[in-house]
Amino acid sequence: MSSAQIEIQIIASIVAVACALPGVFLVLRRMAMMSDAISHTVLLGIVIAFFVTKSLNSPLLLVGAALMGVITVVLVELLNRTQLVREDAAIGLVFPAIFSVAVILISRFAGDVHLDTDAVLLGELVFAPFNRLKLFGMDIGPEALYTTGGILLLNLIFVIIFYKELKLATFDPALAAALGFAPTVIHYALMTLVSLTAVGSFDAVGSVLVVAFMIAPPAAAYLLTDRLSRMLIYSALIGIFSAVSGYWLSYLLDASIAGSMATMTGASFLISYLFAPERGLLAQARRRQNQRIEFALTMLTMHIANHTAAQEAEIENEVIHLNEHLKWTPQFAMEVVGTAERAGLVTQRNGLLTLTESGLQRANQEFSN
Amino acid sequence: MAVNAIDVTDLTIAYKDKPVLWDVDMEVPSGTLMAIVGPNGAGKTTMIKSILGLIKPAAGQVLVYGKPYAEQRHLVGYVPQRGSVDWDFPTSVLDVVMMGRYGALGWLKRPGASERAAALDALDKVGMKSFAERQISQLSGGQQQRVFLARALVQDAQLYFMDEPFQGVDATTERAIVTLLQELRSAGKTVVVVHHDLQTVPEYFDWVTMLNVRRIACGPVGDVFTDENLRKAYGGKVAFLSAENGRKS
Repeated sequence: MSSAQIEIQIIASIVAVACALPGVFLVLRRMAMMSDAISHTVLLGIVIAFFVTKSLNSPLLLVGAALMGVITVVLVELLNRTQLVREDAAIGLVFPAIFSVAVILISRFAGDVHLDTDAVLLGELVFAPFNRLKLFGMDIGPEALYTTGGILLLNLIFVIIFYKELKLATFDPALAAALGFAPTVIHYALMTLVSLTAVGSFDAVGSVLVVAFMIAPPAAAYLLTDRLSRMLIYSALIGIFSAVSGYWLSYLLDASIAGSMATMTGASFLISYLFAPERGLLAQARRRQNQRIEFALTMLTMHIANHTAAQEAEIENEVIHLNEHLKWTPQFAMEVVGTAERAGLVTQRNGLLTLTESGLQRANQEFSN
Repeated sequence: MAVNAIDVTDLTIAYKDKPVLWDVDMEVPSGTLMAIVGPNGAGKTTMIKSILGLIKPAAGQVLVYGKPYAEQRHLVGYVPQRGSVDWDFPTSVLDVVMMGRYGALGWLKRPGASERAAALDALDKVGMKSFAERQISQLSGGQQQRVFLARALVQDAQLYFMDEPFQGVDATTERAIVTLLQELRSAGKTVVVVHHDLQTVPEYFDWVTMLNVRRIACGPVGDVFTDENLRKAYGGKVAFLSAENGRKS
């Protein structure tokens, strides 16, 4: 691996973790779409700050971006509060409006400057290693490493220091307010952080990947654990996995790095969605299947118990008649009888089923319910 | 005379131009177990939320033990409606109960061993100790309500607000909650409950506020929980309920 390759993977991993931290709270607050809006609207903040400062390296660009992110949130909430449009529609109204103004401004007045919309959407991770930061004439690594690293540090400190407050304000804002924890302040602090993260990251990876990193890893982690602290850690790990595996996917396919990484965040979510041990699709299907068998076993014991004394036992309790009487397919009847025998609920002699002690117990228990 | 737990004077709250509470007075003596009753949309929850400073009043004043709520937070425990939170949130029962200690901890301080012990103790009181490590989404409605109650207990407050604690819980849980509320009152606490089931008001509570945007009545159950006041609060819709009440009293 060349040093440029390593640097790209490190930068992408840093961005992934930086995005995952606020992303977890966005997902839990059902505000995932806000990350999409913010990661685009910050562009207007950057453009305006650029027109003011005439420089692409001014820290005012960050301030402008963060401000625009918060303005986006405020506008969405104001629009939502009129109760004339719902929140999703409000986001859909505010974000294109602000973003399109930014796009028009760039194309009209900043065509010759390095501020193009493609880069905003897809990022320029490939070029990140070429943009070096020099200190006293010494090369101390790519600039993006320091901007994204700074943002990761900021997010990490914020989440660690205000963990308790974030948790309470997200789970139960009413109690948070009653206890004096100012959930509104926490809310806007989080939104400011999302904006800073979006602007600090998209220069490196583009806004599409910012959204992917903010939402997909937390959504995947949500299915894997039922503790907030672990959800944060898993999100970070899944983000890193997506970044690194995405890089190598792009290498193999000779395709866009940001696109490949975004694809891997989606793939990570899909894996979690299918295979999560408790909530995954497969686990659910297995549970349903088990319930079906369990129910069938109970039905079988009750059926046999009902007909044991009677003369019809011969017909009713013959294995070959089960499918008619219980409306089971022959295969399913065989499966259930087999399971019941293994579980020691019934015994079979000459194709005739009789209940064991525990089978009788099970049937009686169900009758008494 | 001892200071009232709650003094509400001329409280008016409006959403846009629609009044939700209209010039309401309410005084709750310390050490009472009080129900707030009234039809849907009468402003019961709004009343609690405005006392807790969650809704800004258009007019009027609220005092908690003689002072504004912001100065008395540490004396007040709050149980919101069970449906107001997301029970799929990734956290454990014990963790939710510990949230009741966050107010006492203040900003930045982390819950530790003593908070944990207090939370386990409260869970024990509501019969949920064995559920401490459970994910909260695995609880039934009644269990969720018990967890919320435990969370209020660890707040170790003087005054409790509970928004419909009997909503959707089974009879056993309702009994358990009532017993707990009565124990709180015996310990000198004041408990304010938004309540729906009029028939149990005389049995469970000793004080009642009847609301329907305006205050209809506020006082000891024996004095103000009358057919006439019920009719004022609910219109003609409670003929059978007041008959029931008449039989009991």
